[in-house]
Amino acid sequence: MKSASGQKLTRSLLVNGILLVIVLCWLVPVLGIFVSSFRQRFDIQTTPWWNVLPHRGWVMTKTINPREIGLDANGPMTLEGVTATFEEMRAGVEDGDTRLVWIGNRRIGKIEIQKKAWVTSAALTLDNYQQVIQGKNIRITHADGTVQNVRGDDFSGALLNSLTVSIPSTIIPILIAAFAAYGFAWMNFPGRRFWFILVVALLVVPLQIALVPVLRDFAGLDLNGTFLGIWMAHTGFGIPLATYLLFNYISTLPRETLEAAFIDGASHFTIFTKLILPLSVPALASFAIFQFLWVWNDYLVALIILGPDPNVRVVTMKLASIVGDRGQDWHLLTAGAFVSMLIPLVVFFSLQRYFVRGMMAGSIKG
Amino acid sequence: MATIGQTMENKPSPAKRAIAWILRIGLAILIPVIAFFFLYQGFLFLRAGNAPKVVIAVVAIVWGVGGVAILYYLFNKLVEALSPDWTARLQPFVFVGPAVAMLIWFLALPALRTFYISLFGRNGPPALPVTMVFTNPSEYFTALAAQYVGFSNYVAVFTDRLMLSALRNNILFWIGIATPLTVIAGLLVAVLADRSKFERVAKSLIFMPMAISFVGAGVIWNFMYEVSPASTQQIGLLNAVVVAFGGQPHGWTNYTAIAPWNNLFLVIIVVWLQTGYAMVLFSAAIKGIPEEIIEASRVDGATEIQVFFRIMIPYILGTIITVTTTIIIFTLKVFDVVWVMTGGQFGTDVIATQFYRQSFINRNSGYGSAIAIVLLVAVIPVMIYNLRQLRQQETFR
Repeated sequence: MKSASGQKLTRSLLVNGILLVIVLCWLVPVLGIFVSSFRQRFDIQTTPWWNVLPHRGWVMTKTINPREIGLDANGPMTLEGVTATFEEMRAGVEDGDTRLVWIGNRRIGKIEIQKKAWVTSAALTLDNYQQVIQGKNIRITHADGTVQNVRGDDFSGALLNSLTVSIPSTIIPILIAAFAAYGFAWMNFPGRRFWFILVVALLVVPLQIALVPVLRDFAGLDLNGTFLGIWMAHTGFGIPLATYLLFNYISTLPRETLEAAFIDGASHFTIFTKLILPLSVPALASFAIFQFLWVWNDYLVALIILGPDPNVRVVTMKLASIVGDRGQDWHLLTAGAFVSMLIPLVVFFSLQRYFVRGMMAGSIKG
Repeated sequence: MATIGQTMENKPSPAKRAIAWILRIGLAILIPVIAFFFLYQGFLFLRAGNAPKVVIAVVAIVWGVGGVAILYYLFNKLVEALSPDWTARLQPFVFVGPAVAMLIWFLALPALRTFYISLFGRNGPPALPVTMVFTNPSEYFTALAAQYVGFSNYVAVFTDRLMLSALRNNILFWIGIATPLTVIAGLLVAVLADRSKFERVAKSLIFMPMAISFVGAGVIWNFMYEVSPASTQQIGLLNAVVVAFGGQPHGWTNYTAIAPWNNLFLVIIVVWLQTGYAMVLFSAAIKGIPEEIIEASRVDGATEIQVFFRIMIPYILGTIITVTTTIIIFTLKVFDVVWVMTGGQFGTDVIATQFYRQSFINRNSGYGSAIAIVLLVAVIPVMIYNLRQLRQQETFR
């Protein structure tokens, strides 16, 4: 069976090879900003980020004062077996593994002899993160030794705002929806079917439809630019999916358990808090992760409800404002992007199982 | 499905029924309203003081979440203190009422109101007190008629040059290209990962962009597409590759010479973000295919390609339809990526960016609302499909 096992090996190599290429395609963009976020501003703007990997580059081996060895900058000069004029050397003359570069002006400049070698440009720093995270003025020491005072971008404040927005915007809709899901699943009341149909119908409604009227209501209630306003908006927009998912779970819990509790004289409220909620933890967790990531990463609702007030800006708005104002400041953008991704990535990787389950249960959201 | 806790009600009098309904609706509205005032007062208090930001954040979170929980508890106590008959009548509305009230306030009514606004000009319907309908109807309706434009906003949606380009982008690039690409990529990864020893790692990494915000993804890909002057080293990976193969560096998303194909560079970002979603659902579906079927066909001499097209695809067709629908709905509403990358310039506008621009930058609420209604109409087929599915479900008869 040698050929069969050989075939198996080629197939496995092929499968894993293609998979590796795809995974790399998915990973490299993130790797790019991750690596760049640790590089100095000047380095990011002049050399590509993959230069931190070993590569062939020019390394200075010797500096020569041309006047000491009798070279005249006004005519062709010969050095290390290369003949070139001043203008050519100014731009750099290459010959195999050697490069000559004229540094400085014609009268008092020097010639650098460079050789090709394996190099890495691994001057890494945490300055970018410092500048992005802190709100106050900080001192940055550049590679050339100059010291600069810059204003921090206060991502720590934005992170705090994001948490203040995301935590209640996750828990409140779950609480309200869990009560409703229990009501729909285990209580009898007039209009039960009708209201549930409404819930399902609203699952796919795009939230754009609600923004203009909600903004008008909030203006009347003086809620624009407040955390309370955005909690309410996220609660309203999140309830259809939350109710639907939790209903699907709660309605399949074993009937006998509930009936037994009911016969024992437990009230609906007791059954709900003591029995149903603990049993529903997997479903609650699934939706919680879903909603948390959604709210944390949301930009549109925050942009419209929180508005321009810098005190309540969440991380996505902060990042987007840097993109808009200082799109070339890659040292800030890369560090800022990573700061904004940190909490969702941790939540995501630690609770991935629940997240996947929630996604499979019902993935259409408005 | 019968529910438990049903009381033996023997025909209550009409008056009793009317009171019951008033109380039920009252409860549904009262709970959110009280919650709102309770929280609002807390906020005024917080805003007045100048505590450090961390303290404010923690208090706000505890206040917000705890407040809602306590309210449910109190109202339930109140209802349970009534006679068992009345408890049975009113308790479901303590449970379901607040959710339904929020739904109506934030989604159902706004849909109707947005439609109403879309029938008016720039400033929407005049901001007059509704009571004027009774006190001074002629003035009210004159003011209304002055702003009323009928369906001309909708005519504009389908004739305006910018809006037409947005519709084309949504249909051609986002539904026509981004959706199939995402589905195919997700399917490919799911099938490959299923046969690999590194399944978990590979799936985790492909899935990871799901945790990244669109704004973050915008930064990531802006950096990939970054262009430096042609004489210097390219710091963006794409341009570095292009230059290495002897091409010219470009800004790609703003490369209007290839318009409208510069949209493809935005499409790539969304494919990168959403493939993980498609992959996870396909992966679960593929694992659901009975091993015997695939083994049997292999024994019969089917090639891998045949197994894939003749057995796997038909078997997971339902999942493919679900995933495709979800991604179509998602791409219909695509906003953040486009807004952060190009701001809708260079011919990359989509429906949602046009909606945002018209509603909140140009302050043309009539036109903006008409665009939102077009979005809503586009998802109605899916809504109907969902409702049909619900009717077929056992659980809700």
